[in-house]
Amino acid sequence: MSQNLYDLIGLAAGICFILALKGLSSPKSARRGNAIGAVGATIATVIVFFYANEGRALNHLPLILGAIAFGVIVGVPAARKVQMTQMPQLVALFNGVGGGAAALVAIVEYLKLGETATTAEVIATVFTVIIGCVSFSGSIITFLKLQELMTTRPIIFPFGRQLIALTLIAVLATGGWVITSGGTSPLLINGALSLLFGILFVLPVGGADVPIVISLLNAFTGLTVAASGYVLQTTLLIIAGTLVGASGTILTRLMADAMGRSLFGTLFGAFTAKASATTGAVDARPVKSGSADDVAILLNYSQRVVIVPGFGLAVAQAQHTVRELADLLTSKGVEVAYGIHPVAGRMPGHMNVLLAEANVPYEQLVEMEEINPTFPQTDVVLVVGANDVVNPAAKTTPGCPIYGMPILDVDKAANVIFLKRSMRPGFAGIENELLYEPKTTLLFGDAKDSLTKVVSALKAL
Amino acid sequence: MSNELALLSIFLLSIFVGFEVVSKVSTTLHTPLMSGANAIHGVILVGAIIVADHAETTLELSLATAAIVLATINMVGGFVVTDRMLQMFKGKPKAKKQDGNIDTGNKDSGGK
Repeated sequence: MSQNLYDLIGLAAGICFILALKGLSSPKSARRGNAIGAVGATIATVIVFFYANEGRALNHLPLILGAIAFGVIVGVPAARKVQMTQMPQLVALFNGVGGGAAALVAIVEYLKLGETATTAEVIATVFTVIIGCVSFSGSIITFLKLQELMTTRPIIFPFGRQLIALTLIAVLATGGWVITSGGTSPLLINGALSLLFGILFVLPVGGADVPIVISLLNAFTGLTVAASGYVLQTTLLIIAGTLVGASGTILTRLMADAMGRSLFGTLFGAFTAKASATTGAVDARPVKSGSADDVAILLNYSQRVVIVPGFGLAVAQAQHTVRELADLLTSKGVEVAYGIHPVAGRMPGHMNVLLAEANVPYEQLVEMEEINPTFPQTDVVLVVGANDVVNPAAKTTPGCPIYGMPILDVDKAANVIFLKRSMRPGFAGIENELLYEPKTTLLFGDAKDSLTKVVSALKAL
Repeated sequence: MSNELALLSIFLLSIFVGFEVVSKVSTTLHTPLMSGANAIHGVILVGAIIVADHAETTLELSLATAAIVLATINMVGGFVVTDRMLQMFKGKPKAKKQDGNIDTGNKDSGGK
């Protein structure tokens, strides 16, 4: 196949990626957009087999095909079987392995080029290794945080800032060393330091901010792909990588805006925030807890009920029971709506996915800006497994980790019912003052069990 | 136009396209969009295949093979999981009960 034909087909794949991102930006075309992206990626992969070795069969062909088959065997079942609740960490993991792949590609190409590499190629290689490694190790840490295999709170270590700054200087210095004098060992040391930097850089980020970091690392990985495209002189990689890098950067900013966070605050906030804001000195105060019957009666005589679902609902797989309760209330003439916080769940849009899975009518899902003015006219707010997104501390306590995040103003409603497993604070690890208000009733227990009891109590009324 | 300059032009134009294409997206779609973009950078698979073809020493070949495996997981897994997310957004409910493991339609055979 001639170079020109190859380039043209590569261009077609690049256009597929542009259309994919465009499609993914609008609800109607999102799924088609993703499919177009998959087609583009498939074209790009198939074509390289015909081209890479100037028309002859590739060297090590069986090994290459075997490695791809292995990747498919690992990747597809993981993507198919993952619980919707655990999807964010899977995306983080996929992003991390992509960054790792880019770093490996750069290292192999560097080994191959050896002395013949131009300065520009070496710079691109060092860039790819640094960012690819940071993306890899950083994503692993975000995965561990989201999977709750490690604490979701910001991890602050002594001299954290200094240590991070020092590591960054070491990364840049070894990078410079590779560029000026070359050599495999310096490059590997550079990679190792970059892995360390990735870990240190994500550890201080609080659980609620993790999605922003994933998005940022995603953009980073895009840029590494573009840089390897330069080293390998492959236009398509430059196009695809740059598209992801640019759109990922914008997306990171949009996400940070939606959460009312500055990107800088997200990354370095843990070191500047006053630690006092997170202490649990108020634990011993009394709370009002009620029974399922109390809750059923309260709901039965309401005119308007707003359900605020959070990650706890998803964990308890209670989305179907919640819909049953909503249907029952609607049939009794109660007006029911769901108040969806933009970052309810673990990521922007995560809760919409979970409720759509339970066939909750789309019209009942009301976004934060629209539902907030209606809380003063709401009789009961039912908070199911959510905490941080209704925590008034976001407005009243400067210096707490979620300060400035827009919240659902459920404290404006006449009654608030919290379905909680325990008094344990939310993902961000902050005490919620609303729990101690006189208008608040707590119903302890697994969200699904509690809801089932409320539903049967309501039927009995 | 020299080759370097051509690559630079492609790079700069791609930045602008990337910015423009996603400048206005509702929060609902942030996660799927991120996931889809994530799958797209899985095309590093192409780079991994190219270096595997070049590889001469055992070290080079093993690193390249590892890169192929990782890149394939990124690309194929990324598109499949994005599709699963987006499946939930379909307009009218089709009385499908629970169960996240609905067939994804298998539109991506995974770049063989």
